[in-house]
Amino acid sequence: MTNLLSLSSAGAGWLLALMIVCILAEVGVIVWLILRQREEARAKTSGNGVMHERNIENVKKTQKVVKFLVKVLIYLFLVAVAVSVLFPFYWMIISSLKSYNEYALEGEFASRVTPTFFPHKVMWSNYAEAFKTANLGTLFLNTVFVGIVSTILSLVITVLAAFAFARLEFRGKNALFAALLATMMIPGELFTITNYGTVTNILNWGNTYTALIVPFLVSVFYIYLLRQNFMQIPNELYYAAKVDGTSDLKYLWKVMVPLALPTIISITILKMMGSWNSYIWPRLVANDELHQLITNGLRDTDFAVYLADGSRDADKINYPVQMAAVTLVSIPLFLVFIFLRKYIMKGVSRSGLKG
Amino acid sequence: MVDSKKQWKAWLYLSPVIILTLVFTVWPIINTVRIAFLNDYTLMGDAGGMTFSVGVKNFQKVIQYPDFLICLKNTILLTVITVPISTFLALLIAVCLNSIKVLNKLLQTIYFLPYVTNTIAIGMVFATMFSMVGSGFGGADPYISTAGIINNILGVFGIEPVNWVNAGSTYWANMFVMIVYIVWNALPFKILILLGGLQSVNKQYYEAAKVDGTSRVRTFFRITVPMLSPMLAYVIITGFIGGFKEYSSVVGVFGEGMGPAGTEGTLNTMVGFINTNLMGKKPREGIASAGALILFVIIFAVTMLNMYVSKKRVHY
Repeated sequence: MTNLLSLSSAGAGWLLALMIVCILAEVGVIVWLILRQREEARAKTSGNGVMHERNIENVKKTQKVVKFLVKVLIYLFLVAVAVSVLFPFYWMIISSLKSYNEYALEGEFASRVTPTFFPHKVMWSNYAEAFKTANLGTLFLNTVFVGIVSTILSLVITVLAAFAFARLEFRGKNALFAALLATMMIPGELFTITNYGTVTNILNWGNTYTALIVPFLVSVFYIYLLRQNFMQIPNELYYAAKVDGTSDLKYLWKVMVPLALPTIISITILKMMGSWNSYIWPRLVANDELHQLITNGLRDTDFAVYLADGSRDADKINYPVQMAAVTLVSIPLFLVFIFLRKYIMKGVSRSGLKG
Repeated sequence: MVDSKKQWKAWLYLSPVIILTLVFTVWPIINTVRIAFLNDYTLMGDAGGMTFSVGVKNFQKVIQYPDFLICLKNTILLTVITVPISTFLALLIAVCLNSIKVLNKLLQTIYFLPYVTNTIAIGMVFATMFSMVGSGFGGADPYISTAGIINNILGVFGIEPVNWVNAGSTYWANMFVMIVYIVWNALPFKILILLGGLQSVNKQYYEAAKVDGTSRVRTFFRITVPMLSPMLAYVIITGFIGGFKEYSSVVGVFGEGMGPAGTEGTLNTMVGFINTNLMGKKPREGIASAGALILFVIIFAVTMLNMYVSKKRVHY
C-alpha cells in the first residue's frame, strides 16, 4: 500500500500535465494552421499582378490541403469528445453484464492483464439481483407516483398563474410578478432548512408522499416561461371567446393550452426528470423504506459480495450488480431523451441549471 | 377598465401560487435569517420550548470549524477550475460543431446525453471506472490486473497507475476525478447554449469578413466572440452559481462520506456542510442556517461581480 501511495500523487501530477499539454498542443496546431493560411493569403494579395499563374495554382492547392487538414482535425477532435462522452455509458452497460470474477479479474480470469471489453458470458441475472437487492420495484413505483402527481398539480398551478399574469388585469400584478421573479435568485439550500422544520414539526408530514410533493409545486421559472408563451397568443382570440360567452377556464383549456403545448410538454418532462433525480430533499423528509425515492435508494444500497459460506465479504463491492442497478435507473431517462429530445433541448436552452 | 369581478378571479387563479410561495419560500427566507441569529438554535430544542438568545454565535462557530474551511476551499477550487475548463471546451466544441455538416445532428445528440442522466447514478459509474477492484493488492504486481479501466487506458500511454478514489488516495487524485466528472456533466448545457448562439449569428458578418480577407483568428475574436458574449456571460454566471452549489456529484462518486474511505469529509462542499449539519445525528439548524446565509452572500457577490464584468465586456 505504501508503494501505491507514493505513486498516486506523482501519477495524478503527470496526468494533469498531460491533459494541459494535450489542450495546448491542440490549440497550437490550430493556431499554426490558421497563421499559415493567413500568411498565404497575404502572399497572394501582396504579389498580385506579378505573380505567375503557376504560383497562384500552387497557393490554391496548398490552401485546399490546409482546409482539408483543418477539417480532419476538427472531426478527430469531435469524435474524440463523443467517445469520451459515451464511454461511461458503455462501461456501465458492459460492467453490468459481467460476472463478478470477470469484472474483478479473479478466479478463472486471474490470468488476464486487462479487463474484457465485452463480457465472455452475458449475465442477465445481475439485473434480477440488482432489482432485488436495491428494492428497485418499490423505488420505481414511489418515484413514478411522486413524479406524476407533482407534475400534474404543478402544471395546473402553473397554467392558472401564467394565465392570470398574461391575460387578466388586476391591481399589483407587476409588483407580484417582480416579487416572484426575485425569489428565483435565492439558492434553494436557504429554503431547505426551514421547510424541513415546517414539514416535519408543524405540518407533521414526515415520511409521507405529501412532503415530497407539495413544497416544490410552484416553479417561478415555469410560470415565467408559460406566461411568455401565452402572451404571444393574440388578444383578439380571447375577446372573441368572451363575446361567444365562453368561460375563462374553457377558453384556457380549449385554446391557450393547445397553442402552448410544446412549452407545456417541455415543462412536464423537466419536472418529471427533476423528481427522478432529486436527492437532498427526499433524503431529509422521507427516507424510510416505504417512501424512499430512486436516487436515495440507489445510493444507500449495499451491493455486497458474499462468500461461499454466505457471509459478507467486507472488502468488496459487487460492482456488476451495482452497475446493473445504475443502468436500470438510467434507462427511463434515456428513453425519454430518445423520444422527446426536441422538447428537452428546447426547454433546457431556455432554463438553466439542472435539478 | 378593471372591474372587480375579474380582479377577484385573478387572485383566485393565483391563490395556490401565492399560498405555497408564502409558506415554502417567503417564510423560509425570514425564518432562516432569524434562526441564523439565534445562538445554538436547534429545531428539537425549539419544539421542546427552549428559548435562544440573539447573537452571532452561529456564524462564529461556522467560521471556527476546520470542516467549514475545507468545504469552502473545495467549493472554490472546484468552481474556479471547472468553470473555465468546461466553458473553454464547450466553446471549442460548439465552434467546431458549427463548422461541419456531416454527422452534425448525431454528434449534437451525443454531446447532450450527459444532461439527461442522474448525477448520483453516473457518479457511481465514474467511481467504478476509477476504482481499483479485486484482491490483487498483495501480489507481486498489484496493479496490472486490478487497476480499474481508467488506469488500464492510461497504462497504454505509459502512465503509472494511480489510486484515484480508493482508501489511501491523495486529495489531488480525488479532485482530479471530481473535476473530470463535473466538466463531463457541465458540458452539455454549455454546448447547447453556445451552439444556439452561434447559429443565431448573422451570416452577413462572416460574408463581410470574407470579402475583406479577414483571417480566421481575427474573425473568431472580432465577430464570433463578441456576438457570443451574452451567451458566454450566461453560461459562466450559471456555471459559477452551479459550482458553488456542488454537492450531488461528490455524493455520486464518494457517497455521503464526501471523501474516500478512511479520510471522509476531505471533499465536502458548502452545500454538503449545510446538509451535514441538517442530517447528522445531532442536527444543528442554527449553524446550517448561518452556513446557508454565508453561501447565499458568496453566490450573490460572485454573481454581481460577474454581471459587472459582463456589462463592460458583453456586446448586446
